[in-house]
Amino acid sequence: MNAIALVKHVPDTAQLSSAMDGLRLMAEGPRIINPWDEYAVEECLNLKEAHGGQVTVLSLGPAEAAEALKQGLAMGADQAVLLSDPAFEGGDTLATARALAAAVAKIGDWDIVIAGRSSLDGESAQTAIQVAALLDVPQLTYVARIREIDFEAKTITVERMLEGGREVLTSKLPCVVSVVKEINEPRYPSFIGIRKAAKATIPTWTADDLGLDAATIGAAASGVQWPEISLPPARESECEIIAGDSPEAIATALVDKLMAEKII
Amino acid sequence: MANDVFVWIEQSDGTVDPIAWEMIGAGRGVADALGGGVTACVLGDGVDGLAQEAIQRGADEVILVDDATLLAYRLEPYAATLIKLAQEHEPAVFLMGASSQGRELAPYIAAKLGVGLAADCIEIGVDGGSLVATRPALAGNIMTKITYSDGRPQMATLRRRVFAPLDPDSGRDGQVVTAGAVLSEDQIHTKLVETLTQEGQVNLTDANIIVAGGRGVGGPEGFEPILALAEALNGAMGASRAAVDADWIPYVHQVGQTGKTVQPDLYIAVGISGAIQHLAGMKTSKVIVAINKDTEAPIFKMASYGVVGDLFKIVPALTEEFKKRLGK
Repeated sequence: MNAIALVKHVPDTAQLSSAMDGLRLMAEGPRIINPWDEYAVEECLNLKEAHGGQVTVLSLGPAEAAEALKQGLAMGADQAVLLSDPAFEGGDTLATARALAAAVAKIGDWDIVIAGRSSLDGESAQTAIQVAALLDVPQLTYVARIREIDFEAKTITVERMLEGGREVLTSKLPCVVSVVKEINEPRYPSFIGIRKAAKATIPTWTADDLGLDAATIGAAASGVQWPEISLPPARESECEIIAGDSPEAIATALVDKLMAEKII
Repeated sequence: MANDVFVWIEQSDGTVDPIAWEMIGAGRGVADALGGGVTACVLGDGVDGLAQEAIQRGADEVILVDDATLLAYRLEPYAATLIKLAQEHEPAVFLMGASSQGRELAPYIAAKLGVGLAADCIEIGVDGGSLVATRPALAGNIMTKITYSDGRPQMATLRRRVFAPLDPDSGRDGQVVTAGAVLSEDQIHTKLVETLTQEGQVNLTDANIIVAGGRGVGGPEGFEPILALAEALNGAMGASRAAVDADWIPYVHQVGQTGKTVQPDLYIAVGISGAIQHLAGMKTSKVIVAINKDTEAPIFKMASYGVVGDLFKIVPALTEEFKKRLGK
């Protein structure tokens, strides 16, 4: 069993406050492993505990992104790989997926790639799906449970969580899975794990190491650009406090207002 | 054609998801700016009746793919067919609803076509013949303007309930062409085993009105008055993460960054303080009402109307008043 968890180092949105708006958080805020990706790492570790084998955590980003990989190692992953190269910078999800897909292929002999549902910062929820498309393997999104997985027969059965309910699908391995938080409860790293991760040397692969042409990655290969990033407009309405002598009087006044809005 | 806008018509059991009509509405504006038409792609099994409906809703042309393999949505056969249609027709723009299905189908197709895609957009337009879009990110705390490279189609998924559908016009004419599915069943690796419907009651993302409870409701029984108000308004019941984490109510009700993003006409937040992560999921609602005993709760900064007081007295009084006005 060879499982690969995709992880991203992202700004910690729990740090947002009146003193730390979205732009400032993106530029200089503290970064953490994308919380959704912890569920992906945990699921890989669960598969290893049930079936044996190896878990790799894989990330693309600047040198600091190694911190997210160390979190994965501390949780129990066997190895980590960081894709880092100025040529990767400014890539959209597809350009990023090209590098990740090439790295998955280079790791080789893999059975399953697991990623979190989306990242806290970009929230596109596209990268893992595009990795699957580039590797030409099935993609299973919004997975809330792996019901059955057979690494000999190369089959997988999952429950997906959709807007209207759950859906059960079977597919074949290798495949790419993206998970939602219902799937498990990520473990806390052990002290031994944290010490091991702190000492680990994480290999860094560049575009050359992956045999990628610079024209296929990074900003040069992106189908979209983001020339302007701004704070969202403040909500215009001042809050009108509805008061009254009794709950009934308040209810009457509030219902008057809401009926006048013509939304009911 | 080179200036056309492709729109995927999401449907289930022959019933179109309203988001698809919103996509035709959004696509109409883009197509008019580009000087092209709107092509609706209808995929399914036994869905030929939907073609005329799509034309009445504003499509100029419908490509109908009716095949047993397309009975229930699956990524592989739907993506393969839409990729082939896009390659043959070479539209300028390809739009899909930012539903669960649209948000997995669009990136898969974009990767296979090697084109740009922006997710969950709330504005789109055309500048110099090229699509431009705006999308929120970082839990709604930044807005990003997206521009596109030269590759076509330029793709976007658009947030639900943001773009207006067009009024149906039974006199509209349009062309319906049929096409075949690309994959046969034995070429499709993924099979649908079953659909579990026990959670099917909650459809927050479609609701016009949502009444949501948070930590302030105090326990599972605290959701009873919330549900009564939601039912009186024909709305859906939502919840904050705090209430879900406390196991007072199932996760399917959760609104916020780790739950659902909703945009109803009316959002009544009851006993919800308004953490940034919750606001991320509901702050673009048209009218927000906050009911909370804490005057300092951040939710009041987002709300159009606020009531400071005991929710267990206010909410039942509201329910009674609405029942009276709505003749229930």
